[in-house]
Amino acid sequence: MARKKNSPVPAPSQSVYGADPVKQQAAYHTLSILVNNEPGVLARVVGLFSGRGYNIESLTVAETDTVNNLSRITVICSGTPMVIEQIKNLLSKLVPVHRVTDLTLFGPHVERELALIKVVGAGDKRIEALRTADIFRAKVVDSTLESFVFEVTGTSEKIDAFINLMRPLGLADVNRTGAAAISRGTHID
Amino acid sequence: MSTQSKQKTTVVPLASSADVAVAPHTQPMSGAEIVIQALVDQGVDTVFGYPGGAVLPIYDAIFKQDKVKHILVRHEQGAGHAAEGYARSSGKVGVVLVTSGPGATNVVTALTDALMDSIPMVCFTGQVPTHLIGTDAFQEADTTGITRACTKHNYLVKDVNDLANIIHEAFHVARSGRPGPVVIDLPKDIQFAPGTYVPAEQANLQMYQPQVNPDMTRIEAAVEMMATAKKPVFYTGGGVINAGPEASEYLTALVRATGFPITSTLMGLGAFPASDPQWLGMLGMHGTYEANWAMHDCDVMICIGARFDDRVTGKLDKFSPHSKKIHIDIDSSSINKNVRVDLPIVADAGKATKALLDVWQKKKCTADAPALQSWWKQIQAWRDIKCLSYTQSSAVIKPQYALERLNAHLQKSGRDVFITTEVGQHQMWAAQFLPFDKPNRWLTSGGLGTMGYGLPAGIGAQIANPDALVIDVAGEASILMNIQEMSTAVQFKLPVKIFILNNQWMGMVRQWQELLHGERYSHSYTDSLPDFVKLAEAYGGIGLRATTPDELDDVIAQMMTTDKVTIVDVRVCQSENCFPMIPSGKGHNEMILSADASQFDKKLV
Repeated sequence: MARKKNSPVPAPSQSVYGADPVKQQAAYHTLSILVNNEPGVLARVVGLFSGRGYNIESLTVAETDTVNNLSRITVICSGTPMVIEQIKNLLSKLVPVHRVTDLTLFGPHVERELALIKVVGAGDKRIEALRTADIFRAKVVDSTLESFVFEVTGTSEKIDAFINLMRPLGLADVNRTGAAAISRGTHID
Repeated sequence: MSTQSKQKTTVVPLASSADVAVAPHTQPMSGAEIVIQALVDQGVDTVFGYPGGAVLPIYDAIFKQDKVKHILVRHEQGAGHAAEGYARSSGKVGVVLVTSGPGATNVVTALTDALMDSIPMVCFTGQVPTHLIGTDAFQEADTTGITRACTKHNYLVKDVNDLANIIHEAFHVARSGRPGPVVIDLPKDIQFAPGTYVPAEQANLQMYQPQVNPDMTRIEAAVEMMATAKKPVFYTGGGVINAGPEASEYLTALVRATGFPITSTLMGLGAFPASDPQWLGMLGMHGTYEANWAMHDCDVMICIGARFDDRVTGKLDKFSPHSKKIHIDIDSSSINKNVRVDLPIVADAGKATKALLDVWQKKKCTADAPALQSWWKQIQAWRDIKCLSYTQSSAVIKPQYALERLNAHLQKSGRDVFITTEVGQHQMWAAQFLPFDKPNRWLTSGGLGTMGYGLPAGIGAQIANPDALVIDVAGEASILMNIQEMSTAVQFKLPVKIFILNNQWMGMVRQWQELLHGERYSHSYTDSLPDFVKLAEAYGGIGLRATTPDELDDVIAQMMTTDKVTIVDVRVCQSENCFPMIPSGKGHNEMILSADASQFDKKLV
């Protein structure tokens, strides 16, 4: 996934009402949030970001524990250290949220994404697409005489690279899940 | 995990029929009856509400019982603020009952107000029947969607068997941790449906268990910082009030034991007695000179239950630049939000203050006496500026003078006094000129700044404290925003006094336009004001008026004796500004004491 660099610091404001605080360096954090699987919980989490002007880069959610009725939301968000701390505190405060783990701060973790990529074309381009897919260990999950749908999993960077290679080969449509993440080792997120 | 049991509420027969208000325990109760029974179980004696189609089953259940009293307001916003006033003045959870659609949207301002000021409130909103949700039915609104951002939590009840547990959990969420408003959206079919009741003591509340006890190693570190401080200051807020009256007692004991100066936010007034010599007055945009300078120059700041609001800090990079900061707050998201602190302690303000006091006494700590003495000398020099002085007039009533006279009468009466306010200049003057020695006596809209808060809040306070003297210090613009609640006060015989500082301007707007917008008074003058004396009489209350300083004392004396809701129309100086003032974007050391142009750059950008 293409993550943009921060915009440059704006010129100081002359307003009598004072200037915005100087922008600090923002960084990406991957948060793993364990929540009750109940109606409105995703809206609560997402609303918290939109209501306070925080950015979500990627969001993945599904029920992960049917016995205890729990879902896990994986959010990649960007912000200054103070903003990230604020986001985590605000998330922890929500009543249906059980636990918030900052995998970026935790350290070693695995982050994976799945993408479905449709390539339309014929002749050499079609053969080249198939060959490239093989290199990326992408699976063909649908095939017609003029098209393939590839399924590829991996880090967001790997998927970005695959998509870029498919562009000249007839890339027609992309769908991707956003990252799911889990810590390495024995730690329970 | 607790969530499993939350879904399956166990079937428990009611223990004793004597406690059951509505239905015999052998019968399943209707959703509406469950609501009433849960309110009784939660110790609720008063509900503020307004009926409508989608809550009629609950109103029917109210009709059939006499344990829960219903106060009929004239607008749902009034119900919300009345519940806030009731909660703030009694320490209990305020309860609101409104209908779907417009009933729910009208209460949104009050919910937001309660969220910003951490007021415990449970609000029941009616909803169209479950099968009609999402069809744009008559008086349907997406209440849980609309109120998600302005409540601490909200529920849409889909199964009547969950209802009792949801209500108990709602009260638990509203009053524990950092208190706040909780909405329960209740479809009409659920109110009719028969279901099983769960008593409060059997409710599952595991879902929400906030941290209340302080980390003792941090408390000890805080005490060490305090004991070595040379220029310390306590900065306390509404969290101390929310932690209950004993928190204020611990705070008072701690401040006296240390000998440190103390200031407080608007929301925290009354937690420490204003008559005490260690009290510096309120801080912030219209706080005292000594409080703001003490904050700016201090070397150790002990913040308890306050949240470094922008109206308190002024410009952040000029805020108390040389101090080590201790921040005690029950809400971890308040810590390091605006100001980076050195020692955060997540805990209940009362428990943390008690722990500080215990450790301070156990370790036989003493303040650095010589340093503290010179600090107090410095503070005295700031006090000598007499930042709250104003020019007296014999021709026109100065608003500050009106409040000084009001205070004199209140002190003389010896009664328990509750002050509510609207929002604007009069609110700041009330905070500056009316001293509070006890917590829960000062009810004001601090965070949201809701004009129209004071009268309904006063109604709530009067209901919670029937024998007390409740005064709404108001402005003529604010009071008109919820003037309809006069009718509620008359109906329920609530002798709230509305003390209007009438300058015919939206005073604070006018002040900013004068100081910051080149004296272009855009739409801040109110033409065609009602005759407030006649207005009071039209509602069935009492109207009084003072136009000159000589009339003031007689009018206040008369107001003190009325037994009905009373409006006092005090015609005050139109051009008076509220000082001291920290202009937006300035630091605590850049206060202005008057509108004198040489003191303040009026230049607009």
